[in-house]
Amino acid sequence: MGGPAGWVSIAFPAILFLYFLGLMPQVALAPVLGGIDWVPSLGIRLAVLLDGLSMTFALLITGIGLAVTLYSARYLGDHPDYPRFVCYLLMFMVGMLGLVLSDDLIMLFVFWEVTTISSYLLIGFNADSAKSRRSALQALLVTGTGGLAMLGGMIILGNVAGTFQLSQILTMGDEIRAHPWYMAILLLVLAGTFTKSAQVPFHFWLPNAMAAPTPVSAYLHSATMVKAGVFLMARMNPTLGGTDAWFWILTLFGGVTAVFASVMAMRQTDIKQVLAYTTLMALGTLTMFIGAGTHYAIMAAMTFLVVHSLYKAALFLMIGIVDHATGTREAGVLGGLSKAMPLTGLAAALAAISMAGIPPMVGFIGKEFMYKAGLGLEGFGAFWVTMMAFAASVLMFAVGGIVALKPFRGDLRPTPHAPHEGPWPMLAGPLVLGALSLIFGLVPGVLGHYLVGPATHAVFGEVRPVELYLWGGINMALILSLLTFLAGWLVYRRHEAIRARLAAIEARSRVDFDAGWDRLLDGFKAFAAWLTGLIQTGSLQRYMAVTFATFVVLVGGTYILKGAFQAGLSLSTDGVHPVQWAVLGLIATGAILTVWTHSRMTAVAAMGVVGIGVALIFIMFSAPDVAITQLLVEVLVVVLVSLAMLRLPYLPRRSKMVFRTGHAVIAGGMGLVTTFLTISVLASDFDRRLTTYFEATSYPEAFGRNIVNVILVDFRALDTFGEITVVAIAAIAAFALLRGAPPRRKHEEES
Amino acid sequence: MELLLAITLGILVSTSVYLMLDRNVLRFLFGLVLLSNAVNLLIFAGGRLTAGAPPLIAPGEYAPTGVVANALPQALVLTAIVIGFGLLAFTLALVYRTFMTLGTVNSDEMRIAEPMDDKDPGTGKPGPGRADPQHPATGQEAGL
Amino acid sequence: MQSLILTTTTRLMAALLLMFSVYALLRGHNLPGGGFIGGLIGATAFILYTIATSVSEARAALRMDPSNLAMLGVGVAALGGMGAGFAGEPFFTGQWLFLFQDGDSYVPLSTVLVFDIGVYMAVFGGILTLVFALEQEI
Repeated sequence: MGGPAGWVSIAFPAILFLYFLGLMPQVALAPVLGGIDWVPSLGIRLAVLLDGLSMTFALLITGIGLAVTLYSARYLGDHPDYPRFVCYLLMFMVGMLGLVLSDDLIMLFVFWEVTTISSYLLIGFNADSAKSRRSALQALLVTGTGGLAMLGGMIILGNVAGTFQLSQILTMGDEIRAHPWYMAILLLVLAGTFTKSAQVPFHFWLPNAMAAPTPVSAYLHSATMVKAGVFLMARMNPTLGGTDAWFWILTLFGGVTAVFASVMAMRQTDIKQVLAYTTLMALGTLTMFIGAGTHYAIMAAMTFLVVHSLYKAALFLMIGIVDHATGTREAGVLGGLSKAMPLTGLAAALAAISMAGIPPMVGFIGKEFMYKAGLGLEGFGAFWVTMMAFAASVLMFAVGGIVALKPFRGDLRPTPHAPHEGPWPMLAGPLVLGALSLIFGLVPGVLGHYLVGPATHAVFGEVRPVELYLWGGINMALILSLLTFLAGWLVYRRHEAIRARLAAIEARSRVDFDAGWDRLLDGFKAFAAWLTGLIQTGSLQRYMAVTFATFVVLVGGTYILKGAFQAGLSLSTDGVHPVQWAVLGLIATGAILTVWTHSRMTAVAAMGVVGIGVALIFIMFSAPDVAITQLLVEVLVVVLVSLAMLRLPYLPRRSKMVFRTGHAVIAGGMGLVTTFLTISVLASDFDRRLTTYFEATSYPEAFGRNIVNVILVDFRALDTFGEITVVAIAAIAAFALLRGAPPRRKHEEES
Repeated sequence: MELLLAITLGILVSTSVYLMLDRNVLRFLFGLVLLSNAVNLLIFAGGRLTAGAPPLIAPGEYAPTGVVANALPQALVLTAIVIGFGLLAFTLALVYRTFMTLGTVNSDEMRIAEPMDDKDPGTGKPGPGRADPQHPATGQEAGL
Repeated sequence: MQSLILTTTTRLMAALLLMFSVYALLRGHNLPGGGFIGGLIGATAFILYTIATSVSEARAALRMDPSNLAMLGVGVAALGGMGAGFAGEPFFTGQWLFLFQDGDSYVPLSTVLVFDIGVYMAVFGGILTLVFALEQEI
C-alpha cells in the first residue's frame, strides 16, 4: 500500500472529509467566514468563505480524493517515485481546497496557480516519456496564460469594487455590472475559467492531459481541477452574471463545447480518451447552465456537478482497473469481462447508468432538471440550451453503453493479460461512488437539502427553496428524457459505423487544434529567438556602449531640456588651496595615466594614485572613517590585482592599441554629463533634514558619538547587514571560482 | 573647489568609461576600479563639502557643536567602498578563471555559450545559442 | 620571498595590527573606527603575515577557515539584530546594558556592538577568503 507515504495520503483526505462533513449542517444554514491578515498594506487577507458552493466542492475534493488516494496506493504503490507522486497529489489537494475556500481574490488566484503547477507535475509524472512532458507543458501554458489574464481581471475587479474580499464583492453585483470596466473584467476572468475548464477552442490540452496516471485523470481532469473554472464562474455569478454578454458567451461556448466533445467522444477508441471527451462535454454543459442563470438552471448545474463527479471518477477508476488487469483500454478489443471482473462490472454499470441518465440513478434527476431549466428560458435561449443539452445527453447515453456495457457483455475476447478482478483498495472507490449515485437517486432530498440547495443559494445569490425529486409527473422534460433514451439507443447500436464516419471526416479536416498549438508555440519561439538575437549580441563591448550611450542621451537630454545648467553659474575656483589643486591634479593624472599606459604595473600604480587621491579628499573634507576605509581598501586592491597579474597576460603593446573615436565620444559624453550634473547638484540648495535628525539623536538615543558608525550599526543596520552578506557571498563565490580553476589550456589543444 | 572637483570627476568618469569599453577585460577591470572611485566621490560630494569638522560628538555634549560634515553620505560611501571591493575581487576572480579556462582576455573571444557562427561544426545543426523553430526534433526533445 | 628580517618583524607587526584592529572595532561607536575598518585592518595584518611566510602558515595561524568566519560573522550580525526581538521591539533596534555604573563611568554592552563584531568578522573573513584563494591558486 505504498508504505508510510500511502497511509499519509489516505489519512489526509479522510480526516478533512470527515471534518467538512461535520460542518455541513452549519453551512446549510449560513455561510461561515474567517481568516487572518496576510498583506495588510495591500488589503490582502487569508480569508475563508465556506458556503454551500465551497462545501459541495470541498466534499467532492476530499471525498473523491480519498477514493483516488486509496486507489493509487495500490495502483502506484510499487512505483519507485510513489512518495513524489503523493507530494504532488496532496499539494494539488491543498491548492484545490484553498481555491474553493478563498474569500480573497488574490488568495484564490494563488491557489489557482498551485493547482496549475501541481497539475503540470502530475501530468508529467512519467517524465521519461516525451509525450507526457509535452502534454504537461501544454496544460501548464494554456491554463497558466488564462490564469494570468484572470489575474488581470481580478485586479481590475478588486479596484472597481474597492476590496478584494469575495464575500463583499458578491454583494456588489449591480455596481460592478454597471461599471464601464465590466466587459474587461468579464472577458479576462472568463479567459481564465475557459482555459482551466477546457472550453472550445482551448479544449485540446485536456485529452492530451490523459497522459497522466489514471488516478490523476480521475481526480484532476474530471472531478476537480477542470471544475475550478466552473467553480469560479459559479462563484462570480452573483457579481458578473445576469447580463446579456454573460448569458450568450457562456451558453454559446458551453453549448458548442458540450456537443463538439460528445461527437469527439464517439470518435475515440481508447476508452480513457472517450472519458476525457465526455468530461469536456460535462464542463461545457455546466458552463452553459451557469450562463443561463435562472434559478432552475443553477440548480440543474449544481446537481449535475455532483452527479458528474460521482460517475466520472468512478468510470475513470474503473478503466484504470481494466487497463491494469487486461493491459489494454481499446474499446474494440475489450469484451465479456463481467465473468472475470464482476465487481468492476458492477461499478461500471452503476456509473454508466447514472451517466446515461436512467432512473432511479441520480443522473436521471440531473438530466431532468437540465431539461426543465432549458425549457424555462426565454426566446432563442430556450431552444439553444435545450437542444444542446438534448444532443449531449443522447450522445452521453450512447457513450455510457460504449464504456460500461460493451467491455463487459458478450464473449470474453483475448487481451494482452488474462483479466482478473481488481484488489479491494482499487475497487472500493468506484463501488462506493457508484453506490452513491444510486442512493442519491433514491433519496434525492438529502442531496438537495445539504449540498445542492446551499450551493444554489450561494451561486444564485438569493434564497429560494430547492427540492430534488425523482418523479415529477408526466411533463415535457420526461418526454424529452424518453426521446433521449430512444435516440441514444439508436446511436449506440450504430456507434461503430458512426465512429468510422467521424474518423473519415477527421482525416479530411484541416482544423487541428493540437497542431495549431504547436505552430503557435513554434512561432513564439522563433520570435523569441529573433528578439534575443537582436538584443543579446553577446558582445560585452556593445552592451557597455549601449548602456553608457543611453545614459548620456537620457540624462544629458533631460539636463538640457530642463535648463538645469543655470544653477551652476555661481561656482568659481576662488580660494582653492594649493594642496587641493595638487590632490585633484593627482587624481586626474592617475586616471589619464591608467588609460594611456601599456604597462600593467604602471596601470596598477596609477590606479593606486587615484585611490590615494580620493582618500586625501575624504581626509580634507572631514571624513576620517571613510578615508581610513578607502586607504585600507586601496592597499588591498593593489595587493590583489598585483597578485592576479602574476598569471594574467600583458596588455597589448602600444603599437597595437587603437584609439577609438566612437568610444572616446561616449566616454567624453559621460564625463561631461557627470561634470555638469555635479555642478548643478552642488550649486543647488541642500535638504539636511535626515542629517539633522541623525545628529540630534545619535547620542541621546543610540549612545554613540561617532555619527557615521551609529548610522552604520544602528539607524541603517539592516542595510549594513545586507552589505556584509554581499561581501561574504562575493568572497565565497570568488573562492569557488578560483578553487576549481583547471590548469590553463589553449583553444588549439581542444580541437 | 566644487567646480574643480566636478571637472576632476568628469575626467575620472571619462577615463573609466573609455577603459570599460575596451575588449581587453583587464582594461575593463581597471575602468571598473576607477568608476567605483568616481561614484564614491560623487556621492560624498553630493552631501556637500565641509572642511575640518568631522561628524563626531565631543565628550560631554549631546549633539555636535556647530556645523559638522554630513554623516549620512559618509556612511553610504563607507559601505560602498567595501562592497565595491567585493565586486572588484569577484570580477578579478572571474577574469582570472576565464583566462585559465579560455586562454584569452578578449571579451569578444569568450563565446562558449553563444558561438558567433551559430552552427555546430559537427552536425550542421544550429548551436546551442539559438533555438531553431524549423527543426521539429528540438521541440520534442525539450518536451515542448 | 624569504627574508629573516621581514619574517621576524612581521610576526610582531601582525600581532600589533590585530590588536589595533580590535581596538578600532571597540572604539568605533564614539571615535573613527568600527567593524568595517577593524575588519580591514585585521585582514591587512594577516595578509602581511601571508606575504612574509606562506598561505598554509597563515591558515594555521588563523585556526579557522576564513569563509566559515565570514558566514559566522553574518550570523552574529543577524543575532545582534534579533536581540531587539526579546525586548519586543522591531528587528535591529539597539538594546543597551550599562554595567558597573558609577557616576559617569560604566561598561556599556549592547546588541549594536554584537552587530559590529559580526561586521568585523564578515569583512575580515571575506577578505581573507579572497586573498588566500588568490595566493594559493596563482
